[in-house]
Amino acid sequence: MELQSIWFFLWGLLWAIFFMTDGFDLGIGTLYPILGKNEEKKRVMINAMGPLWDGNQVWLITAGGVTFAAFPIVYAVMFSSLYTALMLILFALIIRGVSFEFRGKLDDPRWIKIWDTCIFVGSFLPALLFGVAFANIFQGIPIDGDGIFQGNVLALFNPYGILGGILFVLLFVQHGAIWLAIKTDGELHENAVRISGKIWPILLAVAVIFLVYTKFATDLYDNYLANPVLFLVVLLTVAGLIGSRIFMAKQEFFKAWFSSALTIVGTTFFGVIGLFPNLFPSSLDPAYSLTAFNASSSPLTLKIMLVVVVIFVPVVLAYQIWAYNLFKTKVNTQEMTY
Amino acid sequence: MDALFLSRLQFAATTMFHFLFVPLTLGLSIMVAWMETRYVKTGDETYLKMTKFWGKLFLINFAVGVVTGITLEFQFGTNWSIYSAYVGDIFGSLLAIEATAAFFLESTFIGVWIFGWNKLSKKAHAGVAWLIAIGSNFSAVWILIANAWMQSPVGFTIRDGRAELVDFFAVITQKFAVVKFIHTVTAAYVLAAFFVMGISAYHLLKKRHVHFFTRSFRAALTFGLVSSLVVFILGDLNGVVVAEKQPTKLAAMESLWETQTRAPVYLFTWPDEKNERNSIEIGAIPGALSFLTKHDINAEIRGLRDFPPDERPPVLITSFAFKGMVGLGCVFILLTVIGWFKRNKLLESPKYLKIMLYSIPLPYLAVQLGWLLTEVGRQPWIVYGLIRTSDAVSPIATSQVAVSLVGFVVVYSLLGIAGFSLIAKYAIKGPDFDDTEEDTQPGAALDASAA
Repeated sequence: MELQSIWFFLWGLLWAIFFMTDGFDLGIGTLYPILGKNEEKKRVMINAMGPLWDGNQVWLITAGGVTFAAFPIVYAVMFSSLYTALMLILFALIIRGVSFEFRGKLDDPRWIKIWDTCIFVGSFLPALLFGVAFANIFQGIPIDGDGIFQGNVLALFNPYGILGGILFVLLFVQHGAIWLAIKTDGELHENAVRISGKIWPILLAVAVIFLVYTKFATDLYDNYLANPVLFLVVLLTVAGLIGSRIFMAKQEFFKAWFSSALTIVGTTFFGVIGLFPNLFPSSLDPAYSLTAFNASSSPLTLKIMLVVVVIFVPVVLAYQIWAYNLFKTKVNTQEMTY
Repeated sequence: MDALFLSRLQFAATTMFHFLFVPLTLGLSIMVAWMETRYVKTGDETYLKMTKFWGKLFLINFAVGVVTGITLEFQFGTNWSIYSAYVGDIFGSLLAIEATAAFFLESTFIGVWIFGWNKLSKKAHAGVAWLIAIGSNFSAVWILIANAWMQSPVGFTIRDGRAELVDFFAVITQKFAVVKFIHTVTAAYVLAAFFVMGISAYHLLKKRHVHFFTRSFRAALTFGLVSSLVVFILGDLNGVVVAEKQPTKLAAMESLWETQTRAPVYLFTWPDEKNERNSIEIGAIPGALSFLTKHDINAEIRGLRDFPPDERPPVLITSFAFKGMVGLGCVFILLTVIGWFKRNKLLESPKYLKIMLYSIPLPYLAVQLGWLLTEVGRQPWIVYGLIRTSDAVSPIATSQVAVSLVGFVVVYSLLGIAGFSLIAKYAIKGPDFDDTEEDTQPGAALDASAA
């Protein structure tokens, strides 16, 4: 396989890991106003993701950084053409990130209220916007031959884009509810299990509609039709979705979480495989599309970065798995940090 | 007001704001890790209390630093897309390495450190503190290598209308990067040391937790003294590499208009950019500039008039930032040297303590001036000699940038106020323990007699 193709899939992998890890804490933040019915429940929810969210978020920085390193032209065109959407995500992540640390530092209901709002907005908005952005990338962005964006930000909220946003929110909320079920007991645990059960059929319906709509809104299926074996990815994704339901019913929460993780990774790869070799297709003219081959870095940079990623990503995964394992036990309400 | 101007303003605002929090993270992470290590080694509870108290301030500061850093990673793409496409082959990889090799380390282990007190052994927990310190400082390595490349591009060739990497080793080991890294991180250590000394001074003036804060003060004093000397020496070396690589920046920081041998250093100048001269020049030290930058009193230094006006940086900001930074650097050495002589009688030196309390903002000012000098002095280039800032901006609507800029100013102002108020609140409150018992500890007497 050429270097560019390897990098294309690494690029997809990093986004997938970001959605898989940060997805659950964005989901918990989205559920925060619904399940956080009193102060103790809110604090348990924050403490359930407290030790892990920061490390999760670095996958976004890495996905962005790797886009810059391996496909600088994509980095340049993607982020300048999606300027307003990306800025909204950044603002959301900023106010969310400080909320966890700031919230408990002043004993004033108004102060706490501010950060409660920030936790919700800062979680829901990125979940939605990442979905909207990726769905729009799947169907193509109006960029011209110079990589200049010829649309406006509101046009991103077309039906397919919105559907992608809803899909991401539901995926993350499901993922977050399962993590909460793992990390809590008592009423909050039961509510998390119940809400996961309620979301599941909606998620399934949205996922099916999305898969069908994709046929009409995008060219993603072309690669699948050329190589039908790739439909395995779709099957695995659906299997993950069904698995999460079955394991939740059996109260095997870790297995349910891994199934949900598989669904998220599968959904990301469903899009990434369909896009190949496009990273940022133009809806104006396929000739303007940015691909793994016309937008990549030099072979030397790709090689050096490959060495870096092959060494460090497994190392990072190893210590993050260690950290997850350290904090997999239920939140102890007697010794909550936040 | 166009997208270029607003993008520059936004970059300056977001970067400078980010750097209000980064230096304390760089320095205090090391001090906290050291305190926790001392606790593990000696079993002395005071060190544990120090770890917790300074750790709490560290974490509030860290939170703002982290979230404001995310913006920077993406801003090259959003606002400087032409730049990103042109230099991404080199610059992008440095940022990606920073994220994978360093930022993960600090961000993953910060959670472990905060939540892991009862889950890890004492030793392992202290080890985690070191991983955070190493991660954040290692982050700085890559960011500063990237910035050094913008100041002094090396190891590349121009191919297909962009800069492509040819020698990675040259990029990461160039003298400019090494000097810049040491200068910047030691400046951050000075800031953190003054932070700890200033807050300790506050409590010592009130005679609260005397043992606790004397020990904190003295630890920070040693750290601060060494760092302020290193930062000064490296600042001098920085001048040498700037003279070699960025002659326009050198001329602007000294507001030197005429090319001359035995070039002087002025203690004060007021540059008049329109008439290409200084309207005020005070305290010339002949030959000093030649000597400092070329180590030869007779060396020729090129003046600004030697360069076309459209290749000169703004002289007033560059020269004022430089002189302010150097002046403050001298003050830090002076204050830490005085502190060294007073280290065993801090309580009897209320004036000194008061000065140290009010000195907390000075290193903040100094590091901001340092970056102002670095970045404004590089203008009109975004990569020195290679691509102009005005050619690097994204083809985006002015209104978009205007809206995001206003958003940043509002959100960051509120964050800044909230962050610094919380730090002040918890700093003033002091550590959570009753100090009536502490002077009876045998460690107190021992500590006072140790050098």
